[in-house]
Amino acid sequence: MATVELNGVRKVYAGGVEAVKGVDIKIADKALCVLVGPSGCGKSTLLRMIAGLETISDGTVSIDGKVVNTIGPAERDIAMVFQNYALYPHMKVYDNMAYGLRNRGMKKPEIDERVKRAAETLELSALLDRRPRELSGGQRQRVAMGRAIVRNPKVFLFDEPLSNLDAKLRGQMRVEIKNLQRALGVTSVYVTHDQLEAMTLADQLVVMNGGLVEQIGAPLDIYEQPASTFVASFIGAPPMNLLGSEQGTKGASLTVGDLSGLGVTVPPGTTTLGVRPEDFRLDAPAAEGLRTELTVVAVEPVGAESFLHGTASDFRMVVRVPGRSSAQPGDRVPVWAERFKLHFFDRNGRRVQA
Amino acid sequence: MAEAQGQAKGAAVALGRREDGAMIGIPRRSRYIAHVALILGILIVAFPIYYTFVASTHSLQTILRPPLPLLPGREFFNNYYEALFGGVGRIGGVDVWTLLLNSTIVALGIAIGKIIISLLSAYAIVFFRFPLRMVFFWLIFITLMLPVEVRILPTYKVMVDLNLIDTYTGLIVPLIASATATLLFRQFFLTIPGELVEAARVDGAGPWRFFKDILLPLSRTNIAALFVILFIYGWTQYLWPLLVTNRNDMNTIVIALRKMISFADADTQWHLVMVTCMLAIVPPVLVVVLMQRWFVRGLVETEK
Ligand SMILES: Nc1ncnc2c1ncn2[C@@H]1O[C@H](COP(=O)(O)OP(=O)(O)OP(=O)(O)O)[C@@H](O)[C@H]1O
Ligand SMILES: [Mg+2]
Repeated sequence: MATVELNGVRKVYAGGVEAVKGVDIKIADKALCVLVGPSGCGKSTLLRMIAGLETISDGTVSIDGKVVNTIGPAERDIAMVFQNYALYPHMKVYDNMAYGLRNRGMKKPEIDERVKRAAETLELSALLDRRPRELSGGQRQRVAMGRAIVRNPKVFLFDEPLSNLDAKLRGQMRVEIKNLQRALGVTSVYVTHDQLEAMTLADQLVVMNGGLVEQIGAPLDIYEQPASTFVASFIGAPPMNLLGSEQGTKGASLTVGDLSGLGVTVPPGTTTLGVRPEDFRLDAPAAEGLRTELTVVAVEPVGAESFLHGTASDFRMVVRVPGRSSAQPGDRVPVWAERFKLHFFDRNGRRVQA
Repeated sequence: MAEAQGQAKGAAVALGRREDGAMIGIPRRSRYIAHVALILGILIVAFPIYYTFVASTHSLQTILRPPLPLLPGREFFNNYYEALFGGVGRIGGVDVWTLLLNSTIVALGIAIGKIIISLLSAYAIVFFRFPLRMVFFWLIFITLMLPVEVRILPTYKVMVDLNLIDTYTGLIVPLIASATATLLFRQFFLTIPGELVEAARVDGAGPWRFFKDILLPLSRTNIAALFVILFIYGWTQYLWPLLVTNRNDMNTIVIALRKMISFADADTQWHLVMVTCMLAIVPPVLVVVLMQRWFVRGLVETEK
């Protein structure tokens, strides 16, 4: 129902902290855009500027083609789900959902219908007479969602809405949010620092670092073609192995050693080589690529897969093997990876095309 | 082997028993001491009140002939009837009802006025950003150091100039100005999570709606507590009402009590003074008892 566009958006807080340093993002109608990045990178600040809860120091935010910089949060036609839910503690679930509608002067029967419908969608019908403190964390989360959807807004904004739930519930709610967002077709911006949440939810993924956008794209495109060592190490778990020939690539944890020992010809300008743990293979090398021998230091069986932690020609790395592994600490395991699965980065940490 | 096990079991049982004895985490003996101390405290606090009550049930003659008995006498109905419905002449032609009404109006006025003013000023200071905000905050804060007694002369002059002597306004307004309640509400408002304020903004609640729909209901328990404290504060005011009232029918009951006591012991209607004392205690006690139930309900219902 709406597009969201950020143009050169900057935020300088009163104390002089520049939290957002010029961000351009274009979010398509009905898309779910996830902002992901480490703590303090400015995700919440950016979201709050879209919501109108924070003034915009520079640049423009447009919703549906209209610049909304000077419009208050209530008039932007957005709904927000907060990290701690921010339910009104003294109001019943029903009133929590109805409050925003009443303030807009909506007629009682329509409010009633909308609240009932939202409650049904979210399986809250039995809880409408309770107060927030009589609900479990997951139920509160649903009420917060309900409060957002009854409004039928142009844009949903989520600020780490699942971070207070336990792992199992988080997985459930993640699926639910995705389905709900699809079904309602409401353009959404979702902030998280959990890369799994980011990968699974996003239509459009924005990786942020230090107040700047590192990369924008479809989750799998970013996974396959990370634009920088930062993105490479942030997206994917366990993170990509970054093997450097020089110290100093920004933001990523890499081990430094001699790349020439790996048997790969790297494109000119490359100082860092990246290999995802899952791209290593243990069978006989059948193509050009990286070849080395891993000295196993530790084995982590997870069930469906195992991770071998070890060193190979100066570098620390993690290798994923499917199922159980018979490797023991101290074993030397020959591993290889096809050349087209390798990632190359220059001294500034930017991607070098192979 | 079996013996060893038996011993271990015995030790466990002994341990268990010891734990039972100290279940609340306090040894039994300390609990007795605590109770004795509390009971002593209650006796010390309650005895004067009891003694006043006893005195209010004896005739003037009995009271004037020491020692005063420790048990209530037979004049209860006579004394209370006379204080409530007769004896209009005694306090300058004003009956007890007028005095109680005056005191109630003043105490209510002070309590409600203070709560409204301090709620509003705390709201402004915590939730709005305006020029000189901190200056205003400190101005309010400084008044803490200026109790009524310190500013009594200028305030009196102002009241005279405004023709407010012998009016409820004159009795109430100068006592409303103080910072304690403002600071209390400020502290409470500061604990309200920013997210809640933002959620309300997104929900389209303007400043007034936010105050009325969210802040006020959340402050209920605080308001109730303050009301009790301020009502009693207003009820027991002495110096200011003494200064600002000349007419007997504008006296509060506390002032009237003072006026009932003559210099010569024999001229004082002690039995009626004692009755009036008892009557003067009743409204504050009622407020405490009634509001206490309210506290508990508030505590159960709200909480974040
Ligand atoms: N009100 C404020 N005043 C000054 N600085 C602020 C304010 N709010 C945030 N900041 C700063 O701005 C930067 C970005 O903060 P922000 O809350 O957007 O981070 P975030 O990406 O949401 O992090 P997290 O994942 O921890 O929530 C941080 O360095 C933070 O210290
Ligand atoms: Mg945040």
